[in-house]
Amino acid sequence: MGYANSLYLTGAEIGLSLTGLVLLLVTAWTGRGAARAITIAAVAALFGALIFTGVLLDETMTGLAGRAFGDLFTVDAFSSLAKILIYVATIGCLILAPHYFERHGEYRGEYPVLILFNAVGMGMMVSATNLMTLYIGLEMSSLASYVLASFARSDTRSSEAGLKYFVLGGLASGIILYGISLVYGFSGTTSYDGIRLAFAAQFTTGAVFGMVFVLAGLAFKISAVPFHMWTPDVYEGAPTPVTTFFASAPKVAAVAMLVRIAFEPFGGETGGWQQIVVFAALASIVVGALGAIGQQSLKRLLAYSSINNVGFILIGLAAATLEGASAVLTYLAIYVFMTLGSFAALLILRDPEGDKLTTFADIAGLATRSPALAWSLLFLMFSLAGIPPLLGFYAKFVIFQAAVEADMIALAAIGIAASVIGAFYYIKFVKVMFFDDAVDTRRFHAPAGHWAVLAICVIVNSPLGYLLTPWFGRMADAAGLSLFAFA
Amino acid sequence: MIGIEHYVVVSAILFVLGVLGIFLNRKNIIVILMAIELILLAVNLNLVAFSAFLNDLVGQIFAMFVLTVAAGEAAIGLAILVIYFRGRGTIAVDSVDRLKG
Repeated sequence: MGYANSLYLTGAEIGLSLTGLVLLLVTAWTGRGAARAITIAAVAALFGALIFTGVLLDETMTGLAGRAFGDLFTVDAFSSLAKILIYVATIGCLILAPHYFERHGEYRGEYPVLILFNAVGMGMMVSATNLMTLYIGLEMSSLASYVLASFARSDTRSSEAGLKYFVLGGLASGIILYGISLVYGFSGTTSYDGIRLAFAAQFTTGAVFGMVFVLAGLAFKISAVPFHMWTPDVYEGAPTPVTTFFASAPKVAAVAMLVRIAFEPFGGETGGWQQIVVFAALASIVVGALGAIGQQSLKRLLAYSSINNVGFILIGLAAATLEGASAVLTYLAIYVFMTLGSFAALLILRDPEGDKLTTFADIAGLATRSPALAWSLLFLMFSLAGIPPLLGFYAKFVIFQAAVEADMIALAAIGIAASVIGAFYYIKFVKVMFFDDAVDTRRFHAPAGHWAVLAICVIVNSPLGYLLTPWFGRMADAAGLSLFAFA
Repeated sequence: MIGIEHYVVVSAILFVLGVLGIFLNRKNIIVILMAIELILLAVNLNLVAFSAFLNDLVGQIFAMFVLTVAAGEAAIGLAILVIYFRGRGTIAVDSVDRLKG
């Protein structure tokens, strides 16, 4: 476990940080002109990180875990798979970004740079096996996110979204940190393995408080009910490409981090956190479904949809089994494609003058204006609702299967019942697009990149996506197994 | 004799004050930024007290990290506040209502 090995294991993060720093200097010298070139360089760097992480995943599939820098940072199948999802989502978001900002004359090279630093932070979050690494990774990702939310500087809604996200995100970090300080005080260490050993010997009231604070703060970051109130506002106010990003990559990272922290340091106290997670899961599903019903703004609706999806993901975590961990990763992978696709469609939706179309009234009769877009949205919405034979059904299926196998039949039954409420507003999308009359009949003009992202997401979500499930399932199982290596 | 429990109690009080400062404050966003700093201070007090109590250096190193990140966080928070002020001309908490909710 020499220094060289540590550097090798953290290669993706180091590469991304160095690229980010160099690109930051380039931006400072070239100004706005090179923004597009910098985006391409950032996408190339992320592709490099993706391939490198793929190699690491291949090495760790057998269950071997690489520990870097004195166990601060771990590379195992779980972290590698989560990182692959994160990088894929980030690349998708970067492809979708320039067109939107260029229309408002606000695209700058700092955007891809901030996304790169965010990706570094997210990689650290999922690889952290020490509370210190966890904190630094989390803050690296959060601080970049605050700036991204307020990126459209001249738009007061964007700066308000940034302000709200900053205040509530800062509070969440504070809560996590306070929990960490208690956990450290009552276990005497910040390393995950050490905490697990200390808690197995003695699990005091103070330690319970610490654990609950950490979990509550993390629930904030994944926008689970009852800590979801910032999500609709921030999602609506932030520029749409930024919302796309918030709904995909950081959510994967935060959920993966939550899963690791629940199974590794707190893995011996399953009974202590299971009830909290069950409550958050059911509350998220119900609030996400009911909150979306009255919404006119499509972005707010997708925000509630993401709260709803987090609820389903938490059911997998509540099962507290290997199958549950594997189901969470499968759901996350499918969720990334559903979200990216929906937002890509939202970004294509603009009239020739470039005005944003963001409410239900604007997509009325979309089927006659742009059949391709309407059918893509139909596929994605049915997939989000979990209607077979689309891939969204498989995602919910594995989650509920894990819950039933863990003898949580009541939880699964309530979850399935609540998912029917959610289907209402997804189907409303389809009704408005196909059966309402179009007010405006002009066609859309979006760059090929947007259509490519949309097409890939639709193909993955179509029944063809099932061809990928055995291959992905094998990786997800290996990833789940690596979390239980210690137990 | 001042023991570890006194430090933990003071830190808990500071933490609660910080959280209340965010939720009960109806006037100024700067006060909210100060409340966030107060929460981080409570955490640092906890970390350093536990570090001394456990005779373990990790807590103090962690406190240094928290200090550094808190500085960055305050800088970003103030920068966002400046943009917000430019757009709206006010930093009253009640004015943050463009997005319903």
